[in-house]
Amino acid sequence: MTLPAHDTIVTFDAVSKSYDGKSRVVDALDLALQRGEFLTLLGPSGSGKTTTLMMLAGFEDPTSGTITLEGRRLNNVPAHRRGIGMVFQNYALFPHMSVAENLMFPLEMHGCPKAEMAPRVQRALDMVRLLHLRDRKPAQLSGGQQQRVAVARALIYEPKLVLMDEPLGALDKQLREQLQLEIKHLHEELGVTVVYVTHDQSEALTMSDRIAVFQHGKVQQLARPAELYERPANAFVASFIGENNRFDGTLASRDGELCRVRVADGTEIVATNASGLAVGVPVVLSIRPESVAVGGAGEGPNHFDAQLEEVIYLGDHCKLRLRVAGSDAFIAKVASGAAGPAMNRGDPLVVSWRPQSCLALPAAGK
Amino acid sequence: MSASVHRPPGAAQLLLRMATVVVLVFLIAPIVVVFPLSFSSGELLTLPTPGYSWRWYEDFFTSGKWLVATKNSFIVGIATAVLATFLGTLGALGIFLGNFRGKAVLVAALSLPMVVPVVVTAIAVYFAFSLVGLNNTLAGLILAHTVLSVPYVLITVLATLQTFDRNLLKAAATLGAPPHVAFRRVVLPLIAPGVATGALFAFATSFDELVVAIFVASPGQFTLPRQMYAGLREFLSPTIAAAAVLLIVCSLVLLVLNELVRARSKAHTLSIADPAEPN
Repeated sequence: MTLPAHDTIVTFDAVSKSYDGKSRVVDALDLALQRGEFLTLLGPSGSGKTTTLMMLAGFEDPTSGTITLEGRRLNNVPAHRRGIGMVFQNYALFPHMSVAENLMFPLEMHGCPKAEMAPRVQRALDMVRLLHLRDRKPAQLSGGQQQRVAVARALIYEPKLVLMDEPLGALDKQLREQLQLEIKHLHEELGVTVVYVTHDQSEALTMSDRIAVFQHGKVQQLARPAELYERPANAFVASFIGENNRFDGTLASRDGELCRVRVADGTEIVATNASGLAVGVPVVLSIRPESVAVGGAGEGPNHFDAQLEEVIYLGDHCKLRLRVAGSDAFIAKVASGAAGPAMNRGDPLVVSWRPQSCLALPAAGK
Repeated sequence: MSASVHRPPGAAQLLLRMATVVVLVFLIAPIVVVFPLSFSSGELLTLPTPGYSWRWYEDFFTSGKWLVATKNSFIVGIATAVLATFLGTLGALGIFLGNFRGKAVLVAALSLPMVVPVVVTAIAVYFAFSLVGLNNTLAGLILAHTVLSVPYVLITVLATLQTFDRNLLKAAATLGAPPHVAFRRVVLPLIAPGVATGALFAFATSFDELVVAIFVASPGQFTLPRQMYAGLREFLSPTIAAAAVLLIVCSLVLLVLNELVRARSKAHTLSIADPAEPN
């Protein structure tokens, strides 16, 4: 994935939205979208991600701040003149029109010559592999087919920007994963800029070039999926993206990149101090379950005695729930073979992890 | 379930059937009686009739008064239906899409003409029209009937809009359709059954309206009900029965039209509820 340097298509400049004049659903948002990227707005419900999308589409007005598209100020530009395509969770296909008529609608609205329409509809339907269903009504299609038509309809008039509001939320898991890849491939083929809203972190990791994690109307972190997963900026991001063991503690001492953190029961854990936190501040330690080694002699500074609480079998791997350093909900992920049949509740084990896999993050204020 | 249908009727069921028949006779008999009366060969509205003839229909279709009344009824009815459908549909759309407080109060206020006794509306309209010179004009009668008909359109269209997905309007906008195009291409086709039913109601409301016509219309603007009322007071001829039969036939046609509209929209929803096999 290569992005042309500094080719910004959309900017949010100090954009806020408040419905009651007091609480801000979106709070002083600054965001710059690169042309051609797949950006996901990820967050729990009520975090402001959908409101952000609706302001970009033109269905909500910012209370303050400026949104620009290709340098043009969007405030007060009605939705139908923004040239921004959109895909909705409930498909929003016109039920009284056939598939082909649905696709022709945006072409007519943009003054496409009659002679060009049929071939363009043909190409768009071919793109989503639904050519054989062109004369069906939306009600005669399955959910996945309807959403493919909706995607084709949003892309057919070649908008600069396409917004997707939890488009796969109504589909079952298998279909969702299939369409995730289809949409990702369409994005790669067409090079259109996509802003995608979801609360599903695995969907965001699969599809995105960059992810903006929302909480309380603010972007907590904007980064590529791998960076977000490996280097979360704070405890919220760490807990929202992927599984995560956390310890509350205090930073006891620093040693360059590393630091020692004293957790509630007095245990000291060596962690990576990526945010350059000072001695004495409250921190949250984040350790991914797959970074925990179970058994063995234990190398490095972090090896601790643990007690097995529960084995959760998940096919290709097992999760061990352990009692470690004052926590009884510490999860370690091991391959199914490694768990062994002899493990019983209460068995003593040794767990260890590298300081590089253990992040000391600022404890969230809220 | 089929077992209970084929079970021999018990006493309670027999009683129910008899009650049903009695109620139906009570409702329909007075209407049916008009039919033989209208075909009477005598000069008086009496049963049994001395003989049968078409003479009162002939009288209806050759008398200037009745023909003018028929023409007026259709002019006023159609104009009222058009005006009330236009206003009622736009009103319903505004209430449905608008984002403001007191929607229920507004709907109640707009429905008042349906609830207020017609004679109250008629008197109010009479005094208001006398100020602006609309009494004794067809335009006045049309306006007054529109006031009475708008609530029917408003309520049927609002009911249809309850099943309308607002996201369709957002989708239309993102595809480049300005609001008036989105209304014409997306909203109107989907709420058409409700609009058609509202228009039929509006026409029917005007077509059989008497009280306002008594206040507002002079003989030149007499509608069929008003002419029948005048006939009852002046000269009780069986022509009135012939006119009544024609009114009943018109109402039946409207009823059938309405059922056709409903059947069509029902077929539409059925096709939605019955999606094809996903592949």
